[in-house]
Amino acid sequence: MCLGIPGEVIEVLADRPDLAKVDVSGVKRAINIGLLSNDKVGPGDWVLIHVGFALSKIDEDEAKAALEFLESIGKAYEDEMAALRESMIE
Amino acid sequence: MRFVDEFRDADKARALSAKIASLCEPGRHYKFMEVCGGHTHTIYKHGLEDYLPETIELVHGPGCPVCVIPMGRVDDAIHIASQPGVLMTSFGDMMRVPGGNGNFFDSNAEGTNIRMVYSPLDALKLARANPDQHVVFMAIGFETTAPSTAMTVLRAAAEDVRNFSVFCNHVTIIPAIKAILDSPDLRLDGFIGPGHVSTIIGCRPYEFIARDYRKPVVVAGFEPLDILQSIYMLLRQLDAGRAEVENQYSRVVPWNGNTVALRAINETMQLRPYFEWRGLGFISHSALRVRQSYAAFDAERLFDLPGVRVADPKACQCGEVLKGVLKPWECKVFGTACTPETPIGTCMVSPEGACAAYYNFGRFSRRRVTEVSIG
Ligand code: SF4
Repeated sequence: MCLGIPGEVIEVLADRPDLAKVDVSGVKRAINIGLLSNDKVGPGDWVLIHVGFALSKIDEDEAKAALEFLESIGKAYEDEMAALRESMIE
Repeated sequence: MRFVDEFRDADKARALSAKIASLCEPGRHYKFMEVCGGHTHTIYKHGLEDYLPETIELVHGPGCPVCVIPMGRVDDAIHIASQPGVLMTSFGDMMRVPGGNGNFFDSNAEGTNIRMVYSPLDALKLARANPDQHVVFMAIGFETTAPSTAMTVLRAAAEDVRNFSVFCNHVTIIPAIKAILDSPDLRLDGFIGPGHVSTIIGCRPYEFIARDYRKPVVVAGFEPLDILQSIYMLLRQLDAGRAEVENQYSRVVPWNGNTVALRAINETMQLRPYFEWRGLGFISHSALRVRQSYAAFDAERLFDLPGVRVADPKACQCGEVLKGVLKPWECKVFGTACTPETPIGTCMVSPEGACAAYYNFGRFSRRRVTEVSIG
């Protein structure tokens, strides 16, 4: 729960502008982007996700570096991804 | 498992390491606290202490949200979960946190239904899917997770979901840092500030540390180089006689934080007069509860809580570890009675806890300390 994981926005849901479908290392889930309502978020943007909420927009380089780092830490990241896979936010 | 030299930027790290060494005043001992458990994890995992001169000591701070939950709150959660028709939810990290009478798994073996969720929004979804049950989300965490809980409460209110509430255990980082600064046990030279908490609160709230306590603060990212870079920035400040708040992680952390998130927290939650932190005791204005205006979503108002204060096990020295006074391996039960499989204290439960991080990866730092103390 403490790990911020980077995800790439695939689409903002048409009927729910506070939700976006993101791709996190191949896992596609809906997350809430309501905390970024002051920024513009759209397909191709990268966001840092905590417990189902995007906390900040990041650039692609940062996202790549963060992912590489997360993969290096092993179990804590695997646990976070396992939890994300179970998630069914709507 | 990866070892010291395996991370991507080992060369850059060595270059930084040399710059760090050149800034250390001979004969001076430096103590820096990394407030956030995520940093502790990186430091141990990548053996970063091996890149630092022996005169720099990193002490681990209280920034592991699971670690600071007192036993009595675990018992209160189990009490709520034992009420008829209740489905309790929390983050996976909470499941093995010991209470006075065992943890959530033990409690489930006796008939409660406590489930892990990835997000409070998943708990809200469970409430919608199970209208005949009351779904409680045990919320934990610093300002990184508090906005998620706040947004979920706002959503529940907007949708008028009646069978959902939050057992709020959110804590705030600033009062904990202040308690550590005011504690006589520890003399610190500076702080490595938490990265993700700061995406929400920004860098301003740390200014009092520089102004009133004359200690530098550098808000840092989570990668090994970020941490080394931050230590270098702290030393540069000390060398120049400065005490300021600097943002090493500006690629993610905005100086003013996330105003939408702060507004959501403020709308749904208020500061408690005081809250007990495991190991640190009662700290005033250090935690959040659900506001009266959202009382319908406040498990503390909906259920009668025993609220019994449970003393930590005698053997447990998590308080000392959380304050940075003891190193994990100096606790008598470390690695013997207390392991990640059978944690006695909370610092062994979460991967961000100093004891677990050290247990899993800490051999390098221990070797160093042993060598240093033997001479
Ligand atoms: S080893 Fe266990 S009991 Fe000792 S401080 Fe760490 S978590 Fe607490």
